[in-house]
Amino acid sequence: MKIKRNAWSIPYIVFLIIFVVFPLILVGIYALADADGNFTFANVARFFSDSDALSTLALSLDIAIETTALCLLIGYPVAWILANREFNHSGVTIVLFILPMWMNALIRTLATAQLFNMLGFTPGRGTLLAGMTYDFLPFMIYPIYNVLLKTDQSYCEAAADLGASPFKVFRKVVLPLSMPGVLSGVMMVFMPTVSTFAISEFLTNNKIKLFGTIIQENINSSMWNYGAALSLLMLIIIGITAFVATDERDTEEQGGSAV
Amino acid sequence: MDNNRTAIEICNLSKSFGDKKILDNINLKIRQGEFVTLLGPSGCGKTTLLRIIGGFTEPDSGTVLLDGRDISSMPPYRRPLNTVFQRYALFPHLDVFDNVAFGLKIQGLKDDEIDKRVRKMLKMVTLSDYEDRDISSLSGGQQQRVAIARALVNYPKVLLLDEPLSALDLKMRKDMQIELKEIHDKLGITFIYVTHDQEEALTLSDTVVVINEGRIQQTGTPADIYNEPQNSFVADFIGESNILNGKMICDRRVEFAGHAFDCVDEGFGENVPVDVVVRPEDIYIVGQTSAGQFTATVKSRTFKGVHYEMFVETDTGNELMIQDYNSFEPGSEVGLIIKPQDIQVMKKERVCNTFSGRMTDSTHVEMLGGVWECLPQQDLEPGAAVRVEVDFNKVDMVDNLDDGTVTGEAHFILYKGDHYHIDILSDEGWHIYADTTYVWDKGDLIGISILPKDLRISRSDEN
Repeated sequence: MKIKRNAWSIPYIVFLIIFVVFPLILVGIYALADADGNFTFANVARFFSDSDALSTLALSLDIAIETTALCLLIGYPVAWILANREFNHSGVTIVLFILPMWMNALIRTLATAQLFNMLGFTPGRGTLLAGMTYDFLPFMIYPIYNVLLKTDQSYCEAAADLGASPFKVFRKVVLPLSMPGVLSGVMMVFMPTVSTFAISEFLTNNKIKLFGTIIQENINSSMWNYGAALSLLMLIIIGITAFVATDERDTEEQGGSAV
Repeated sequence: MDNNRTAIEICNLSKSFGDKKILDNINLKIRQGEFVTLLGPSGCGKTTLLRIIGGFTEPDSGTVLLDGRDISSMPPYRRPLNTVFQRYALFPHLDVFDNVAFGLKIQGLKDDEIDKRVRKMLKMVTLSDYEDRDISSLSGGQQQRVAIARALVNYPKVLLLDEPLSALDLKMRKDMQIELKEIHDKLGITFIYVTHDQEEALTLSDTVVVINEGRIQQTGTPADIYNEPQNSFVADFIGESNILNGKMICDRRVEFAGHAFDCVDEGFGENVPVDVVVRPEDIYIVGQTSAGQFTATVKSRTFKGVHYEMFVETDTGNELMIQDYNSFEPGSEVGLIIKPQDIQVMKKERVCNTFSGRMTDSTHVEMLGGVWECLPQQDLEPGAAVRVEVDFNKVDMVDNLDDGTVTGEAHFILYKGDHYHIDILSDEGWHIYADTTYVWDKGDLIGISILPKDLRISRSDEN
């Protein structure tokens, strides 16, 4: 008997159900149940009256936005230089930038924390932002680099031909055409930073707690239901970000790279 | 307007990419309002020349003058020229209006002025009502029009067009040719147009500049280029032609295909080998063999719509292509007449191969990146610089590359009626010319060997 083509997808569907769909349902059930398993909105309501959790969420968003902004500020020029054949003749430089991504993020973060310690920096907001920016910078550089590399040089020539100085070529052509890459980069930095926990612990010696840390603490102390509710809220925040970013990219129409 | 004013002048321009010479000492004057076409096969350097005029490529040496002013070191955005790019390069993030308005916005014009000029230009290229359309929603022909409008809206002094119609299908290309010509006549702007399509060049241009291997082969009006080609490359590249080896007997008398003809050319000298070009429509064919200057047998006949194309073999064994409204049966004997003014005589660029080399010992010479056996040379010591001459028909071409002393590829092939004249580009970059009756195709890899007795060696005057 011939196996239908659909049949090939069965292992993946099973995998998805066990490791993605089922856990998500569990998170939902736990979030909307009390310790005895009865349906309730109490967990969610508790969060909105928990000033500690609210301010931590605000801090998390703040840190994530700042990290993303820093990554963009540093990453865009780097990506532009890497994609520019005048400055970068070989692929070696780009590999050097991508190389840290091959290493486990926790090990990298531990090393960074040690480095800051050695240099005598006081752990706190400064080390957190610096460390996270360093950690996530490649995720910003790579998608932008990719889009810039694929941008047809003839657009720049056409703009110059029409009288645009190199700066205007960048502002009116290169920058708008690289927006899909920027959006990819922003998503890839913002989403993991807003939910991070271990990295902030290492980098600040547990001085700064982020939203991810609170979830982890709740779950570690067996407060499953509240932890699940917080996770659900986090999911919704990330979902909204992704949705807005994707929507924006669709309206751009110009096919960039979705790494 | 003074139509004899020079708009663009190019002086001693050269450009190499690595070892490869793309442009070799180009000199060219383009008059104000002229429609000039740079015509040549791909890789001949025509696009590089256009890019140098536009400022996108820097020349190694030489200057570009615009209205007498040297603009060689001026960046493209300061040059009052605009370009229509081969793949249009329309900005995908802008709509039609903003694409066309791009240059005017950069200039900082007022909004209502921009609006007026963009709409006027879109109307000229018949794209009114397309202002808000996305570039990706336009057809190839429409994108082409936007690209032309985007360049012309800036009122450039010179418009550069880089094979602008090559991406369109035949029908649309013909329509756009007519439109381009009309736009040119209407605006009076100097057009510099790059194409590899000889028909397009002849149709559109006031002046055609034929380029090959980085050099200008001929500059002239379309009629000049067609009727009076200056060398066999131009004759072969422009239109159909019969190119034959001939001999100038004396002024106004030339011999080719085994017969002597009256012609209008003079000043070549007596008994000088020449190339002769006769266009296929210039050979008159008559059924009565006695009425012709010489006779031939019709070998094949193809109906081409307006005319018949026939290949005939002359009584002396040369093949000629003839185009005529009358049809003659294959196999029939016909008489042929060629009128004096239809015979175009060209100086031969070379009569034999001349290589420079060096003796390695008394029976071997090193040249073209190989070592060749030759007849014993008593009076030439090893190491002596020599000049080696080889007749075209003594160059032996073989399929098996290992059998050749050097190898190369067929670079340019010319049919000469009873044999092929092949320009072989050796792996080391030398040109070797060979006559053969075997059929080779452009790009074929060829092994080359030459018999020792066919190398004519003499001490070189150089050194």
